[in-house]
Amino acid sequence: MSAVLYDAQGPRAKRRNVLYTVVFLVALAALVWWVYQALDDKDQLAWEKWKPFFSGTEAYSTYIWPGLRNTLEAAAAAMVIALPLGAVLGIARLSDHAWVRVPASVLVEFFRAIPVLVLMIFGLALYAEYTGVGSDDRPLYAVVTGLVLYNASVLAEIARAGILSLPKGQSEAAMAIGLRKGQVMRLILLPQAVTAMLPAIVSQLVVIVKDTALGGAVLTFSELLASANTMSGYYGANTIASFTVVAAIYVAINFSLTSFASWLERRLRRRRKSTGAVVPPSAVTDIAGTAATGAGSGV
Amino acid sequence: MFDFLEGYDVLGAFWTTVQLALLSAVGSLVWGTALAAMRVGPVPLMRGFGTAYVNIVRNIPLTVIILFTSLGLNQTLGIGLGSDDFKTVNFRLAVLGLTVYTSAFVCEAIRSGINTVPVGQAEAARAIGLSFTQVLNLVVLPQAFRAAVGPLTNVLIALTKNTTVAAAIGVAEAAYVMKEMVENEAQLLLISAVVAFGFCCLTLPTGLILGWVGKKVAVKR
Repeated sequence: MSAVLYDAQGPRAKRRNVLYTVVFLVALAALVWWVYQALDDKDQLAWEKWKPFFSGTEAYSTYIWPGLRNTLEAAAAAMVIALPLGAVLGIARLSDHAWVRVPASVLVEFFRAIPVLVLMIFGLALYAEYTGVGSDDRPLYAVVTGLVLYNASVLAEIARAGILSLPKGQSEAAMAIGLRKGQVMRLILLPQAVTAMLPAIVSQLVVIVKDTALGGAVLTFSELLASANTMSGYYGANTIASFTVVAAIYVAINFSLTSFASWLERRLRRRRKSTGAVVPPSAVTDIAGTAATGAGSGV
Repeated sequence: MFDFLEGYDVLGAFWTTVQLALLSAVGSLVWGTALAAMRVGPVPLMRGFGTAYVNIVRNIPLTVIILFTSLGLNQTLGIGLGSDDFKTVNFRLAVLGLTVYTSAFVCEAIRSGINTVPVGQAEAARAIGLSFTQVLNLVVLPQAFRAAVGPLTNVLIALTKNTTVAAAIGVAEAAYVMKEMVENEAQLLLISAVVAFGFCCLTLPTGLILGWVGKKVAVKR
């Protein structure tokens, strides 16, 4: 669509675009200059503040890698636990029996309506009051619990969208050759839906990785963001430098996941062998909202 | 049974949540639309800027952005957003952080809306001699916004839930007060139920009402 919004440029349009470019460049340069001044004013550009990240590996081995490992561990654990739960919930929502469908729907809607931080705070207090989980492990448990509760319900919607994205002929043909409902789901729909869901699942992983940072900021979970905090304390208040490095790591991880997801999507759409059904990565942001607008909105 | 509520301003906390959500929603709608216009426009530099902004910002955790506004902008660079009062400053910083983050998603929602407008609309608009800004303002965006109500609703709901991240910099919104309560009171399940109920009251009706609006305003084709 965006390519048809404007005509091929003639001489006047070209001149005008050059003018816009220059104006925008000046505005951008002014902004950069202002940021530079502000940083320089507070001595944030001094080499000592950035040095730990560019010479020697101490900053990485002591702070960043352990933090990153905790981040990835929590994210992986949450994904591994939430996937089967989400699949079960998603299939339950498609059940023909109201007594299965309704409770599953209520659960999914409920956990999607609540912020993940609220679930994490609940988890932390829950483990402190009712279980013997040691206080060192509690933040990790709480973060994973919060992430699992929330993401299982989001993955349930992705699973549902994946199954619904398959052409109707698939289940009709399966039923025509005499398969039972369970067999249709297990042998025909699920194998295809899993492939269709892959791009959306990978982008949900981005959401999970980002949400682990909540644990660092609010629950004293020592993940990547928390390591930025300790670093800036240790290296003489280099807050700007520490946050820049940590943010760059997050961007690197999540951007590669996002790119991988859209590559998967393109590949699945191209493939001739399959039906071409796919749950696009963009469905994730739509599904994360609420089903009240219809889970199918982005699918 | 509910006497634990007395020492805490739960309603006030939810009012702060609503304020955070509404102010950031307005801010990110304006900035997100501008970003979307840049991303579909004819100036390559602006396109590049829009793309870079969206790809960087939506891949950074909101928590990092919000914490940075407090530790980086405020405490390190001394930016107070026109106030000295600790509470006001943190509230404004949270709105700033939420706006910066959410506008990337608003941009993508509006772009998905633009993609639903049939190519013929823009071609016809160009054929009668409209310029790019006219094509966008008079023909494409009015239709795109109507198609984008659904995705934008989901962004608004996500934003409402994301306001809880402001608890990380001490803004006394719902999650912050909840954390205080569960630490000091013994009724974990009841407290959580109250807070969860509050968020359900905010997010579920938003989805229902705006979902209805979205269907109502959708361009029939």
